[in-house]
Amino acid sequence: MSVKTLKIDGKEIAIEEGATLLQAAKEAGIRIPTLCHLDGITDIGACRLCLVEIAGINRLLPACVTEVSEGMDVQTNTPKLKEYRKMIIEMLFAEGNHVCAVCVANGNCELQDLAIEMGMDHSRFPYRFPERDVDVSHDEFGIDHNRCVLCTRCVRVCDEIEGAHVWDVGFRGAAAKVITGLNQPWGTVDACTSCGKCVEACPTGAIFRKGATVGEMDRDRSKLDFIVTARELKQWTR
Amino acid sequence: MDKIRFATVWLAGCSGCHMSFLDLDEWLIDLAEKVDVVYSPVGSDIKEYPEDVDVCFVEGAIANEENLELILKVRERTKFLVSFGDCAVTANVPAMRNMLKGADPVLRRCYLELGDTTPQLPNFPGIVPELLDKVRPVHEVIQVDMFLPGCPPSAPRIQAALEPLLRGEKPVMEGREMLKFG
Ligand code: SF4
Ligand code: SF4
Ligand code: SF4
Ligand code: FES
Repeated sequence: MSVKTLKIDGKEIAIEEGATLLQAAKEAGIRIPTLCHLDGITDIGACRLCLVEIAGINRLLPACVTEVSEGMDVQTNTPKLKEYRKMIIEMLFAEGNHVCAVCVANGNCELQDLAIEMGMDHSRFPYRFPERDVDVSHDEFGIDHNRCVLCTRCVRVCDEIEGAHVWDVGFRGAAAKVITGLNQPWGTVDACTSCGKCVEACPTGAIFRKGATVGEMDRDRSKLDFIVTARELKQWTR
Repeated sequence: MDKIRFATVWLAGCSGCHMSFLDLDEWLIDLAEKVDVVYSPVGSDIKEYPEDVDVCFVEGAIANEENLELILKVRERTKFLVSFGDCAVTANVPAMRNMLKGADPVLRRCYLELGDTTPQLPNFPGIVPELLDKVRPVHEVIQVDMFLPGCPPSAPRIQAALEPLLRGEKPVMEGREMLKFG
């Protein structure tokens, strides 16, 4: 097996042929932001967050699907890349319907985390407010297309790891969406083993466990005590 | 030095951002020494948005004619305008009605289809402000100088944003300490 040597952010790296720039960067302790990448499944270069600059190549290339080659000189965090990454996140927010305040994944969402990492404080792109649906026909899980960023992690994990291939991408352009079976309600797809891998793989609140939505929250009556006794016990902070 | 002329306005939001502002508790007393509250639903009883406001925090999205009229006036009369909370920054929950495509379908759904007794459309021109067809975040309507997202932004984050402003500096809105959606 031959070894390639290259430079990432000025750091000399040696790695086996066939490795991706993302793997090389990780090995060198350099973080490149990703969204559609998930360790263990095929990379497809869908989200473009991992774009990097390579000397001598006049376009930006996605690190997750670009193989290392001898003598490459790679930059992962230039002002230009930071600006593009921020724009990508803003576009993802403007493209769907992300109402974090009422989302099952609020506070536990890779899209939110990336927004903060990129320093997004608002979207410069006008919100589209598309009409999208929610499918809760499956016994255990649901999908809210309003929050889907089309990373296709669900598609790949179900196909490549579970081997059930329940998910696909249907339709084109702005109408594209992930579908189950032959674009039928998820609950009617016999191939689904209810393994929950897509639930774990989804980076956003799009696929969720039923019973976890804001509206289905269980009340914890013991919390009422706090409101009643806080003044008496001088508990000004929780 | 003259006191900073400070205002807050409440558009299409739940008032949660203002409640979070009140959660500043005793720091509000320090704040009161440094600013003149010239307009605010929780800090003054003045009905008309005044001229020459230095800093204004705007809660809520632009959802009806009154919101629109007020925000245009606020922008004209304010030096530094802060989009305060998710409804102002993203249009948030108030904008979920945008998926119904227009004010008319929304009113029909709420007041006719879901009306239990004597369903009728509200219509009092000049008294009840007309809904706009599309709810929009503040910066899609006017220019905004700073964004403080969060639903609501916590009191410590409001304080961290206000403190530099009181010194005449622009706060650095970066990292988990200062940025949060939802
Ligand atoms: S999926 Fe993430 S970004 Fe979208 S609404 Fe939910 S928490 Fe917010
Ligand atoms: S639960 Fe398992 S089998 Fe069913 S769609 Fe998800 S990954 Fe595929
Ligand atoms: S449902 Fe989740 S995992 Fe599947 S494409 Fe959408 S965001 Fe990605
Ligand atoms: S992680 Fe490389 S394109 Fe999405």
